[in-house]
Amino acid sequence: MLVRDNPVFRTLLTAAASLALATPLPAGAQARDPVYAAARAQGQVGEQPNGYLGFVTAPSPELRKAIEDINIKRRAVYADKAAAAGATVEEYALTSGCLLIAHTTPGEKYQAPDGSWQTRGAGAPLRDPRCP
Amino acid sequence: MTRPRQTPTPIRSRRALAALALTPVLGGCITVKAPDKPIVIELNVTIKQEVIYRLAGDAAQTIDKNAGIF
Repeated sequence: MLVRDNPVFRTLLTAAASLALATPLPAGAQARDPVYAAARAQGQVGEQPNGYLGFVTAPSPELRKAIEDINIKRRAVYADKAAAAGATVEEYALTSGCLLIAHTTPGEKYQAPDGSWQTRGAGAPLRDPRCP
Repeated sequence: MTRPRQTPTPIRSRRALAALALTPVLGGCITVKAPDKPIVIELNVTIKQEVIYRLAGDAAQTIDKNAGIF
């Protein structure tokens, strides 16, 4: 008996196929790194107006590494997209910072224009007056 | 043989006429006082905001497509 004729195998194959169809992931979209996700939820890291993550409290070496890694990746993406849009990395990063602060959910941390760390409430966050 | 009053107008009276013609124009002028505070044009801020508005749509897509690092 061939493996592909095995009813159990066929059922598994069908299940796997339907699961893949049911949860389509857009290309490049991944879940957040668990270390980052936890630190973000606990308010140890927050979004800065410059488009990068910042430390609200002194991080563990592991967390520092994880966040610095993400910031390096962010910079690479900003640089790539800025070049395509005819803008500078800083301009693209600042624009992203506006949006990322707007996207924070209540309880998460973000940096206000005056440099202070704020906890996102139900209302609009404090952002640079140039933000759209 | 003199042609009274038909000779070219003397320069002095020409000037007087010109001044007379300008009077209503000058009367309509608005007095503008200089502001007491210096006028500051924040060019840098204006340009930046324009850039931010231009990039916002593109950046929103980038964030969506790279959810793992945002």
